Amino acid sequence: MSILINKDTKLICQGFTGKQGTFHSRQALDYGTQLVGGVTPERGGDNHLGLPVFNTVQEAVNTTGATASVIYVPPFYAADAILEAVDAGIKLIVCITEGIPILQMLRVKAAMAGAGALLIGPNCPGVITPGECKIGIMPGKIHLPGSIGIVSRSGTLTYESVHQTTAQGLGQSTCVGIGGDPIHGMNFVDVLSRFQADDQTKGIVMVGEIGGGEEEDAAEYIKAHVTKPVVAYIAGQTAPAGKRMGHAGAIVTGGKGTAEGKVAALKAAGIEVVNSPTDIGAAMKSCL
Amino acid sequence: MNIHEYQAKQLFQIYGIPVPDGKQATTPDSAGLVARELGGDGWVVKAQVHAGGRGKVGGVKLAKNLSEVVEFSQDMLGKRLVTIQTDSAGLPINSLLIEKIYPIKRELYLSALVDRASERIIFIASAAGGMDIETVAHESPEQIISVQIHPAAGLQAYQFRKVAYTLGLKGPQVKILGTIMQGMYDLFLAKDASQIEINPLIETDSGDLLALDAKINFDDNAVAIHPDILAMKDSAQEDEKENEAQQFGLNYITLEGNIGCMVNGAGLAMATMDLVKLKGGLPANFLDVGGGTNVEKVCEAFKLILSDSSVKAVLVNIFGGIVKCDVIAEGILAAIEQVHVTVPVVVRLEGTNVEQGRALLSNTGLNIYAADDLAHAAEQVVALAEAV
Repeated sequence: MSILINKDTKLICQGFTGKQGTFHSRQALDYGTQLVGGVTPERGGDNHLGLPVFNTVQEAVNTTGATASVIYVPPFYAADAILEAVDAGIKLIVCITEGIPILQMLRVKAAMAGAGALLIGPNCPGVITPGECKIGIMPGKIHLPGSIGIVSRSGTLTYESVHQTTAQGLGQSTCVGIGGDPIHGMNFVDVLSRFQADDQTKGIVMVGEIGGGEEEDAAEYIKAHVTKPVVAYIAGQTAPAGKRMGHAGAIVTGGKGTAEGKVAALKAAGIEVVNSPTDIGAAMKSCL
Repeated sequence: MNIHEYQAKQLFQIYGIPVPDGKQATTPDSAGLVARELGGDGWVVKAQVHAGGRGKVGGVKLAKNLSEVVEFSQDMLGKRLVTIQTDSAGLPINSLLIEKIYPIKRELYLSALVDRASERIIFIASAAGGMDIETVAHESPEQIISVQIHPAAGLQAYQFRKVAYTLGLKGPQVKILGTIMQGMYDLFLAKDASQIEINPLIETDSGDLLALDAKINFDDNAVAIHPDILAMKDSAQEDEKENEAQQFGLNYITLEGNIGCMVNGAGLAMATMDLVKLKGGLPANFLDVGGGTNVEKVCEAFKLILSDSSVKAVLVNIFGGIVKCDVIAEGILAAIEQVHVTVPVVVRLEGTNVEQGRALLSNTGLNIYAADDLAHAAEQVVALAEAV
């Protein structure tokens, strides 16, 4: 078993006929993802990449039975797209879009409360269960079906972790990029709890970065609830305070959210923290 | 995005937040005229720079007469102000804010910001104003009160009453604080702020409340839809290279080391800087070329990195996912030729078509080293920078 998605997951794409939506939908289809259609307002009834296009998410859900949606719409339309998916009863919403205003995400999260939908992202690479289902912009080829669960705030560091665990022959159960924005959907704890409950996952790689306090929350959670080995890496040890390091959420403010603080919290919880991003795979192997 | 204090106070006035009588000036003479217009028998001359800590380094001066206003303005304009919040070069003082002086009974603290943990806008207040709030939080957390605003309900009266009574305000002051907080909240939402800080909020001898200082940060993801805010941008207060990078869709931050870094992805860029340090070097910059890298972007990135004369070697670290490594390698070669790169460049490529990519980079006759893996690449670039 994997977490969140598998070979039976039926996916639609919002922003299907746009440049990004088209490119990554084609990649998903090549990977074997059950992409069953897409949504672009005013394009309903069209056929795109051999799949039906709908005007609304509700129509797409009613016709195809999709339970997951991936969003590739521009930042100022993304909040609307997420809430449309929630309203249509989509269970897993993956929002790739980068650059959504924080106050829009604040309202989206408040509006989603109690709706029972899971959100991954925004500003994330997506989620993949190797060999079964790819939702997002990650390169499929570097993955290998296997036993390591990967959760990360950064896209390229997820790829780095995948590359290393593949090179070690471990492979991945599911990889989740939770995104680099300060207000986002699933957090480390949401994903860690699912990896802990998943039989296929034998070890967990967690990649954090400066800003916020989610790594500290994760450290406490792991100490209390996770029995599987965890290897962690925190990016941004050399980042100057008060500067936003590419990701909107990667900023040290008022002495809070530093890499040192996060590393200390994780080590205090008994978690193996690697100093070098190149040691993730080897450390994971030696923990198993 | 940051704006100046005088601009923040203009916005405050629109949203009903009381501020001292004052006006911006850009020459000593106009500063004198502004003071004369304001009237009274004392003025404060405040350097307008995008940094706090001005008072301690001569960026805020009290003038007892009009000739002092002109004199202080002359001293400040055209200089650079170095505060604890700037780098050693400081920031240029191109304009001043001249304000009337008010008798201060108490200094309070009030701010609104987005709290990532609760996913709400929160207000933070303290009776210990005028100090750095992080210091207050650290030394006497009991002096700080905060309230969370639910986005559907908005600011409620009980919330500003709670803040007002905790701050020791009474009578009409409670309602005035309510007006101030409502103004801050409305401004926050209307203009997509990420933080609004009033430090200090003063209580005058006559019991009035005034925003003596004003600081507003805006959400970089939202300024595009607020042309009025964007028009307040003062590029002179920002790092020239960081501005230039923005125009090309690059994320660049100047650091103090001698190893230039070019990476795709913000997380990997941070990790690469960390690794350089771990191997005994110091990164000269943070640079994320983004996901969709092309030849033009790589060229601009090289130009930015090399415009820093302290750069002795460059490390390029690209994890080619969707973008193929051979395409990236061609881009790097084109860039090195176009930009006339002379310092050694270590390139680590990984991902799709990595073999072709590495083959393109080897035997070029150029000063390029194609590394097998990231750890070696970092070691190599540190050694090369030291050898220069």
